[in-house]
Amino acid sequence: MDAILDSIGANQLRDVPEFGAGDTVRVHVRVVEGEKERIQIFEGVILKRKGAGVHATFTVRKISSGGIGVERVFPLHTPRISEIEVLRRGKVRRSKIYYMRGLRGRAARIAERRDN
Amino acid sequence: MLGLIGTKKGMTQAFDESEQLTPVTVFEVAPNPVVQIKQVSTADGYSAVKVAFNETRSRRLSQAEAGLFKKANVAPYKGLKEFRLENTDAYSVGDTLDVSLFEVGEIVDVTGQSKGRGFQGTVKRHGFRGGPKTHGQSDRHRAPGSIGQSSDPSRVFKGTRMSGHMGDRQVTVKGLKIIQIDVERNLLVIKGAVPGARGDSVIIKKRS
Repeated sequence: MDAILDSIGANQLRDVPEFGAGDTVRVHVRVVEGEKERIQIFEGVILKRKGAGVHATFTVRKISSGGIGVERVFPLHTPRISEIEVLRRGKVRRSKIYYMRGLRGRAARIAERRDN
Repeated sequence: MLGLIGTKKGMTQAFDESEQLTPVTVFEVAPNPVVQIKQVSTADGYSAVKVAFNETRSRRLSQAEAGLFKKANVAPYKGLKEFRLENTDAYSVGDTLDVSLFEVGEIVDVTGQSKGRGFQGTVKRHGFRGGPKTHGQSDRHRAPGSIGQSSDPSRVFKGTRMSGHMGDRQVTVKGLKIIQIDVERNLLVIKGAVPGARGDSVIIKKRS
């Protein structure tokens, strides 16, 4: 990409922890309702990371009450996220784990990655 | 209204003040020198400010153009553009206009030459629906349909939308907001899309 174009969003990039597909994260989302603001937590498995620079996004999938899968796509550098906690690192063999959508219960487990 | 001529650098995204990721177009606007002032009281009969853009070498200019730059005591430029102004008192020959003409949050109009699409059919050019894809249709999928009536009027009305050359015409997009200004690097960041390819010259006009 063009250096000038990259430099436009450069100062908007935030420090984000290292995480990737298969990891379990807790996203602290700032919900702005008029004047008021509160923190909402969205916890789930990272399905994918996408894009680079200011365009980058990640998708989190959680199983909501009643076993309904809910996916949310966040811009990686959005100021609307106050914190991303990495709870668990998952061992997966591909960068986009869409196959998780078809799995539930015990089949939907991801082995923990141990780096040593 | 007064404006600047710059180069479209391309599009990217940025978070705006409401923390939403918005599409933006980036322009590089090298300072535009004022080369001539026209006034009602002179032979010109109207008032305007003439600015130059895109620096070049002097041997690429005609003698008439070279004379203009010599008179203004300005380095040679490739392009010239007049902006009609009621009152030109604030400007004089040799001044330069740069991105500081604008401020963040200001609403501007942007004029450019749209990308040429060549000879296009009515579906792409005018958004016609084309014919049915099934039910025994042949050669009707992207046809324009009827272009008029019968023996009365026995002709096709002027202005009927048909196939033809698309794009490569002057297009103005109104009401775009300035998101960011970088005076040091002569950059303007404007929300939204703008006609033309990367590297094309565009006119960014003030509204008042």
